[in-house]
Amino acid sequence: MSGSAIALTIIFGIILLGSAIGLYAGSSYKMDLEQWTVAGRGFGLILVWLLQAGEIYTTFAFLGAAGWAYSRGGPTFYILAYLMLGYVFSFFFLPQLWEVGRKHGMQTEPDFFARRYGSKYLAGFVAVVGFIFIIPYVQLQLTGLGIIVTVASSEGVSRTTAMIISVALLDAFVLTRGVRAVAWVSVLKDSLMLIVAVVIGIGVPYINFGGIGNMFAVLAQAMPRHLMMPGATQTMGHAWYISTVLLTSLGFYMWPHSFGSIFTAKSGNTLRRNAVIMPLYTITLPLIFFVGFSALLVIPGLSNGDLSLLTIVRKSFPAWFLGVVGGAGAITAMVPAALLLLTAATLFAKNFYRPLFAPSLADHQVAKLAKMMVVVISVLALYFATHSSPTLVQLLLIGYAGVTQFFPGVLFGLYWKRVTNTGVFAGMIVGVATVAFLALSKRDPFYGLNAGFVALCVNTAITMLVSLATNAQLGFEEPGQEIIPL
Amino acid sequence: MKKPSWGAILIALIPFTAVCFSVSLWDRVYPMVLGLPFNLFWLISWLWLTPLLMWGAYRLEVRDASASRGKKGGSH
Repeated sequence: MSGSAIALTIIFGIILLGSAIGLYAGSSYKMDLEQWTVAGRGFGLILVWLLQAGEIYTTFAFLGAAGWAYSRGGPTFYILAYLMLGYVFSFFFLPQLWEVGRKHGMQTEPDFFARRYGSKYLAGFVAVVGFIFIIPYVQLQLTGLGIIVTVASSEGVSRTTAMIISVALLDAFVLTRGVRAVAWVSVLKDSLMLIVAVVIGIGVPYINFGGIGNMFAVLAQAMPRHLMMPGATQTMGHAWYISTVLLTSLGFYMWPHSFGSIFTAKSGNTLRRNAVIMPLYTITLPLIFFVGFSALLVIPGLSNGDLSLLTIVRKSFPAWFLGVVGGAGAITAMVPAALLLLTAATLFAKNFYRPLFAPSLADHQVAKLAKMMVVVISVLALYFATHSSPTLVQLLLIGYAGVTQFFPGVLFGLYWKRVTNTGVFAGMIVGVATVAFLALSKRDPFYGLNAGFVALCVNTAITMLVSLATNAQLGFEEPGQEIIPL
Repeated sequence: MKKPSWGAILIALIPFTAVCFSVSLWDRVYPMVLGLPFNLFWLISWLWLTPLLMWGAYRLEVRDASASRGKKGGSH
């Protein structure tokens, strides 16, 4: 067998193993909507931890982080800071959110908006915006999968073929097993990812330079500016760093799938303890940076930085190990992609289509529609992944700029009595429009600041002003508040 | 809705200041520590320090929660 055949066999073996675990997981549960989306709210500390790690450590952390270390340098460090601070932030509002979620039977992020603000239109708008900005995140995972198979096969298997096969497998286990499948495949994914990160993070610098310290000594000598901000970029200096870290750490749990995972926990305290220990999981990320930095010295001039991790692994290790790395990477893409698909589909069916167009739809019909949407979304993301090629980190940042616009509505909803439906609606529309305008007219970064952050500031100001200018509204627990059916 | 305690918020401000707002103070390559550029070393140290601090914040929150339950049924 040739090297690439060995690597590909191992990659597909790992993907199949992951899919088998997904199909087996929870096969004894009857899959109604509540089981499919929040697993009956029965996950304890470890499963919630796995689920949250499963959705956060995506192919972005794997190929994208190395890719940015390779092509941008210093600005990549924002990833460490935002993950850490995202958990710090979550410590404060997740338990509260969980509590209102349980009291009101919430399963999704728009459910929160429906109940807090008493408007199905606001909830529907949140569902659509969430749905739209999840697509680049799914696209990111598919692009990653394509890269893995292409590099592992030495360009023998085309990216499109690889992506189509993965989408088919992915849909199969999402459609049959829902959120339980995702949590259990995470076990395989996280153990593989951990082993791989340690081996390549230490191995690549060691094989090529004799150690991590030596590699940095060489790099600091050759390109001292690369290791600082703005690194190899013109615009990503300290203002960009601060605004991006704030945007992404605030937006961390605004992703509809992360928001939804809050409701799978058994108690609010589970979430609080989780927030304390999660930063430790980030320890493997610097190892991935080491690989990207080594690649810059050994194989400079790659057209796309996202290829750097696998290309240098292919150069430094035997073919079977490239297979293990590729397989780990593939599962690291598939687990979050599954969760993203599940969430986007549920948002569409449950919070957009039913309340606004077909209020008489029964739960099992909603579940059926959601499953159809899984296929629709994966095909959409597949289309974008084959027709455009921004870097993995860019895709993630686009998504973050969008979903973080939910933040004022969530935070004020929890802690500020005076906030109103009209205020949140106005702020969010202006926020999303600002993101779209700045991104499409290529004004990101905007005067050195992350465009999503600029939009978030505008959004917050408008939410506050309009809320104060409109009549006060009844809150969560107040008698007389109109109850929107979820 | 129960608001988080001020003590816990103050503790949480420490990592925010250390890894975000103060970037221009530590974004440098030298002195290298343990073979790492200084900025990377700084961030990695905070990966360890943040959970320690937040564990302290957790103790505070839990203590506050049980204290207020003792007083008046846990509301506000």
